[in-house]
Amino acid sequence: MLNFQPWKISLIVLTLLIGVIAAAPNLFSRAQLDAAPGWLPKDQITLGLDLQGGSHLLLEVDVKAVIEEQLNGVVDSVRTAFRKANIGYSDLGVKGNSVTAKLRDTTQIDQARTLLKDAAPGLDQSVANDGSITLTLNDQAILDRQRNAVSQSIEIVRRRIDETGTKEPTIQRQGADRILVQLPGVKDPEHIKALIGKTAKMTFRFVDTTVSADQARAGNLPPTSEVLPSAQNGGDGQPMAYYVVQKRVMVSGENLIDAQATFQDAQPVVSFRFDSLGAKRFGDATRENVGKLFAIVLDGKVISAPVIRDAITSGSGVISGSFTTQTANDLALLLRAGALPAPLTVIEERTVGADLGADSIAAGKFACLIGLVLIVLAMMLLYGLFGFFANLALVLNAILLLGALSLLGATLTLPGIAGIALTLGMAIDANVLIFERIREEVRNGRSPIASLDHGFNEARRTIVDANVTHLISSLILFMLGSGPVKGFAVTLSIGVLTSMFTAVMVTRLIVVLWYRQARPAALPV
Amino acid sequence: MFGGIHLIRHDTRIDFMRIHKPLMFFSIFMVVASIALVAVKGLNFGIDFRGGILMEVRTSEAADLGGMRETLSNLGLGEVYLQQFGSPQDVLIRLRQQEGGDAAQGAAVQKVKDALGTSVEYRRTEVVGPKVGAELIWKAIYATLLALVGIAAYIWFRYEWHFGLNAILATFHDVITTVGLFSLLGLQFDLASVAAVLTIAGYSVNDTVVIYDRIRDELRRYKKLPVSDIINQSINKTLARTTVTSGLTLLSVLAIALFGGEALRGFAIALVWGIVIGTYSTIFVASPMLIYSNLRGLRAKAAAQSTGPAGQTNVPPAGASPAGQPQTSAPKTAAPKAGATTTPATAKPK
Repeated sequence: MLNFQPWKISLIVLTLLIGVIAAAPNLFSRAQLDAAPGWLPKDQITLGLDLQGGSHLLLEVDVKAVIEEQLNGVVDSVRTAFRKANIGYSDLGVKGNSVTAKLRDTTQIDQARTLLKDAAPGLDQSVANDGSITLTLNDQAILDRQRNAVSQSIEIVRRRIDETGTKEPTIQRQGADRILVQLPGVKDPEHIKALIGKTAKMTFRFVDTTVSADQARAGNLPPTSEVLPSAQNGGDGQPMAYYVVQKRVMVSGENLIDAQATFQDAQPVVSFRFDSLGAKRFGDATRENVGKLFAIVLDGKVISAPVIRDAITSGSGVISGSFTTQTANDLALLLRAGALPAPLTVIEERTVGADLGADSIAAGKFACLIGLVLIVLAMMLLYGLFGFFANLALVLNAILLLGALSLLGATLTLPGIAGIALTLGMAIDANVLIFERIREEVRNGRSPIASLDHGFNEARRTIVDANVTHLISSLILFMLGSGPVKGFAVTLSIGVLTSMFTAVMVTRLIVVLWYRQARPAALPV
Repeated sequence: MFGGIHLIRHDTRIDFMRIHKPLMFFSIFMVVASIALVAVKGLNFGIDFRGGILMEVRTSEAADLGGMRETLSNLGLGEVYLQQFGSPQDVLIRLRQQEGGDAAQGAAVQKVKDALGTSVEYRRTEVVGPKVGAELIWKAIYATLLALVGIAAYIWFRYEWHFGLNAILATFHDVITTVGLFSLLGLQFDLASVAAVLTIAGYSVNDTVVIYDRIRDELRRYKKLPVSDIINQSINKTLARTTVTSGLTLLSVLAIALFGGEALRGFAIALVWGIVIGTYSTIFVASPMLIYSNLRGLRAKAAAQSTGPAGQTNVPPAGASPAGQPQTSAPKTAAPKAGATTTPATAKPK
């Protein structure tokens, strides 16, 4: 019992020292830490959004839309390919995850198949006897596209959020089609939600002047055009106007390299610049179509439809369209950040104000402190000097726990604070087990040294068994929980580990050091 | 030197086994009643599981609940639940999940904000869409079952399957009655509640393991004592520890319930109950149930394998008091002097 090897003592003391040093930064403010010398540890406990205030958004990528769009693209290429090769077909369309078409002349099947290998690469072909061809996206291809769509969305969301100047956002994939966005300090996420919710797919297309909007809406619509509403609403909440716009895209938003909100004639406008390819296409198209109208379409709505006065070969231009400064800024931001491959929906939102977070911390701290004081008093009362030893270990345990949380960068949440209070209560259990065991040994007439020895050794196995089961349930909570619950599991798991260490090692060390000094004839338990 | 108070006299000998049968019926009744309650009355699911909208607002003056209710009821968002909590300025607004999918939820929040205006402070807004809620329920059930399986496996591995089975039965007892309590009191059942239930499971097993450890010890030590006596003796010997630990943990959890703020109150209440029921079930469910397991058979098996002195099976090892009998000669608090010969004990040579 008394032979506590020096290396063991040094290891315990070292661990405690690291704990104290790691916990220390939490006593200071951020500003004080920044002013401190660089070699000092500065990691503080990360507070969860429920404590520091902020917004947690769970977004879902509409992966179905990605596939749909993909298949619609295939329909277009198939149509073009067949027309060029003069292959007659009927019933061309999307069915589930496939594109189907029926050939009029079944002798052209082989020709069609070769053609489709180029027009629709990567799709599985199957042919029926009656001349119908089915092009199917296989499961792997679908998965790949979904994965790409989510990765791309994450990138775009990150760019958009970065542009708003939000500090330290967390943006991560969750599951197959989810994106978790955490915005510390954001009290009202509405603006960011509005920005994220826009696909921001921009196209420049020609206005179809062969039919009027009214005729087109009545059903007289050429297959190569569509009717789109204007982005501005009239007084009655309905779109101000409708436009007949060609489906063919002259230049798309992908060719934009910059967009800025500026002023023209004291009106907010968005100026943009194309890359070389876009500039060339835009130049060619405008040169050949002077006097015609072209539409600037954003997410299926026409922002403006100006007349082409001259060929625009500089590769830059402005979009005007009754913007406010805010909407011009937002549009510029969206264009700069790029288009989302698929729409995003917010499926979960949790926003906590900073004041509430601060109140929660204060209440949690107070409760922990009260709990600690009560336990300390009770232990002194119940076990006297040994209770004092246990209390010393308990306080060290609390410090170790805080230090571990800081070092690991674990996030402390509101339930996590409850986890700390609970840990303090349970940490004392190990010492209670030891002390009760020692009392028993003393009653059985063992010498003080033998009682201590037995007490610690016999109790140790029980302590380990009891805590491992607890650790199992908190680890499972950690794996499956999310947000605040995860925070609770983290503190509980770390708490179980630190309390096992302090109860078994630290208390033992303290008792041994005391015994060597005091050499009592009887144990004061 | 002050040696502390002995809360439970070491010679306490309560015959737990004698009262275990009526209490077992009581436990079975509580479990059945809990299941019935949940089946009939159901649980007050929070928005985590049910989906919906929760907003916590602080008004600049004492909140006019009637006025707010009228304003919000006119928005056509379905039934509006308003609840005052904490200070008279704090109001919790709850709306059921809106029809029309995920986008409709956000629109409803905006409507509420427009209606209440900027004079109120929006302290918390939580919106859970229909899809997430269903997923969270499954995740919670999955987590609870997985935790129970993990715990059972460990106990089985460390002890015998009898112990594992009984520990899990007792834990189920605690978990089910806790959920029953949520139903009975109409406490909100959300993700934090699941965390509380799992914590209770962990605590309960922790408590059970301590007594099981002792039972296993005593089984080895007193080889011919009836199993029920061994269980009784083990519970009594660990009673002081049980009381102190439960009491202290209860103190710390009570501190959260009383001072930890509104957000943690439900969570802390569940833990308070859990500590009480966990302690109860260890003593009156997990331990007595062991007599229905064939521990003797195990013991015979263990004895056959052990190399210990087979002839001394009824003789306790040196230093231990005769089985189940209080050692009346030992002083209650003062320990014998080191090396004293007044007691029959001999220190184990080190």
